Amino acid sequence: MKPLLKPAAAPYVLISPFLLLFLVFGLFPIVFSFVLMFHVWDPVKGLNSMEFVGLENLQFAMEDPLVWTSLGNTLWMALASGLPQHLVAIPLAYLINEKLGRWRNAAMGAYFLPYITSTVAIAIMFSTLFSTDYGMVNAALSELAQWPLLNAVLPDKNIDWLGSPEAVKPVVSAVVFWRYLGFNVILYVAAMQSIPRELYEAARMDGAKSWQQFWFITLPQLKPIMFFGVTLTVIGGLQLFEEPFILTGGKGGPEYAGMTTAMYMYRTAFDFNDFGLASAISWMLFVIILVMTVLTNKAFKSKEGQT
Amino acid sequence: MKKTAVFVICALSLNWAMAQKTTLTVAAFPAVDDIVKAALQEWQKKNPDVDVKVVGREYADHHTAMTTALATSTGLPDVMTLEYGYLGRFAQSGGLEDLNQAPYSFGQHASKMVAYALAQGRSAQYGQVAIPTDIGPGAMFYRHDLLVKAKVNEAELTQSWDSFIQGGQKIKQSTGAYLVAHARDVKDIVIRTGIPEGQGVYFDAQGKSVIDSSPRFRRGFEVAQKIRAQGLDAKINAWSNEWGESLKRGTVSVQMMGAWLGGHLQNWLAPNTSGLWRSTALPERVATSWGGTFYAIPKKAVNKDKAWDLIQHLTLNTRQQQLAFEKYNAFPALIAAQSGDFFSQPVAFLGGQKARLDWKATAMQIKPTQVFKNDSVAEEIVNAELDLVLNKNKPIDQALKDAHRLVQRRASR
Repeated sequence: MKPLLKPAAAPYVLISPFLLLFLVFGLFPIVFSFVLMFHVWDPVKGLNSMEFVGLENLQFAMEDPLVWTSLGNTLWMALASGLPQHLVAIPLAYLINEKLGRWRNAAMGAYFLPYITSTVAIAIMFSTLFSTDYGMVNAALSELAQWPLLNAVLPDKNIDWLGSPEAVKPVVSAVVFWRYLGFNVILYVAAMQSIPRELYEAARMDGAKSWQQFWFITLPQLKPIMFFGVTLTVIGGLQLFEEPFILTGGKGGPEYAGMTTAMYMYRTAFDFNDFGLASAISWMLFVIILVMTVLTNKAFKSKEGQT
Repeated sequence: MKKTAVFVICALSLNWAMAQKTTLTVAAFPAVDDIVKAALQEWQKKNPDVDVKVVGREYADHHTAMTTALATSTGLPDVMTLEYGYLGRFAQSGGLEDLNQAPYSFGQHASKMVAYALAQGRSAQYGQVAIPTDIGPGAMFYRHDLLVKAKVNEAELTQSWDSFIQGGQKIKQSTGAYLVAHARDVKDIVIRTGIPEGQGVYFDAQGKSVIDSSPRFRRGFEVAQKIRAQGLDAKINAWSNEWGESLKRGTVSVQMMGAWLGGHLQNWLAPNTSGLWRSTALPERVATSWGGTFYAIPKKAVNKDKAWDLIQHLTLNTRQQQLAFEKYNAFPALIAAQSGDFFSQPVAFLGGQKARLDWKATAMQIKPTQVFKNDSVAEEIVNAELDLVLNKNKPIDQALKDAHRLVQRRASR
């Protein structure tokens, strides 16, 4: 019986479902947004209304103060939420891995839970917690403020967490930190479990204390996974969208203090109908993410070279 | 054998009949989707050959979907619902039918509709691209119990912005309640006061920003600044959780919005406060509008004739318009529907006030204003500058100049 497919054609046919999906939902939007970057396009006027303007969108974006405000906010929140994720996740993972024994999986599950919970649910929960007049955070602070010594440090008025430009960024960063901490803990626990036990046994025989084992064995062995985790955090931090979007009601908060570049890009496209400018911003953001990722790569490589 | 033949003939006939049925698509947001569904029963009696598919999406998702549909000319509904806030950009798209032209010829019905709302759906370039179905005459809802406690009368709130602020101080002192949710809400009314005919809120007839030249903006910023300086605003945004809680607990004493807010307060925002609220005119008796819903037909829609028939049923049928008001608080844009028992009935939630008659009177005083495609950008920029004035004491002149420059920069694209 003659086969339906020639052996040479079979791989292409088998890979075609992925390829088709990738072309339609992966490659085409990228190419289209690249083309859009050089056009002015108001989408409600239809595809025919696209007008070639060369580099005008890029120039407009570069001179747009809101782009720079949003970039500043993004970097601030990426750093404030990203750095503690790793600084806390590594010792926490070490504790979970070394000290919790049979409770290890339950603890990891608990830390991982926020990561798999709907962002919308999380943001609504936190906006309730951080409510100025009815939130539990302010209620707890005002309770603590009645204690001796603490009353000198804590504010006597309710903090307007989501309504004051000074507080929005820390709140958003705290939510992002809380949400992604568990993911990093899982990464590091998994990496720690792959470190040969003999290294620890040898160190113990040499009289190394617990913190010395952590510092001289665990940390150096974690470098590859740290590189992976930090790269994901850098990319995710610079693309920050959902948490600030929902916590600030989709507008960016007072004085745009909570508006990230991804949010501004979305708003430029869908609220202000300027898809050409939004594409230019998206490509600017891409270049920034690329540069930051390369820098992260270099930072980790140079450290590897030293060890 | 005979039975089989009869069965086959019946099946084929049914199939043929099904094939003959037209499917009309209506895209809408809450609660307009429910209003359309409720109206279908009667409309389909006259149009049994039409199936109507109502595609309901959340407010922002709906308008994003309509933007995408117009951009790609695919997935366009036959009847497109548009909210006032999005009207500017859609009206100037060129992708919607001019309903004053044949075969629609809506011009013959123009006098039947509230004039300002009809003008909102009109584009200088593309004609009458949208027909209003419900409107939002502006009203000031206030907590009567708080005013009584503070010995403030209604006239103090409506007479002038100064007396409004003085009343607010007394309320704050006596009850601890804030006057308004956010100082920005007050600015939004003042900048809509006395807009010259042919102009928009932010742009003149030529599309040039008037933010730094119109006294409306300076005054709006000044009043908002006074309110913030005296601690009379709760600094909360409308439709947030905190806002809902404040209305329930009576920590905000006044809320200015469209007349439809009364229905929302009664049904879900603060049903426990029945009898405590009253409605009155806005300060300085400003007549302005909040929102409104419009129907449009995309140029590339498939069933335009049936779409038009349904739109007429929804907008020109008096009973249908009244039912939408009675059940869904959609204040009728059809003048004939603004009468009858329901309008003159006292509203129990508002302490027995005949508030609907007041709202009707306001609707008739509202002057038409133009909408522009950059209205939403301008609103954003002005609000951001106001934040700087309120939070960082930025000089108002400088804030208005900066807002003008940024808006003009956008508008010139």
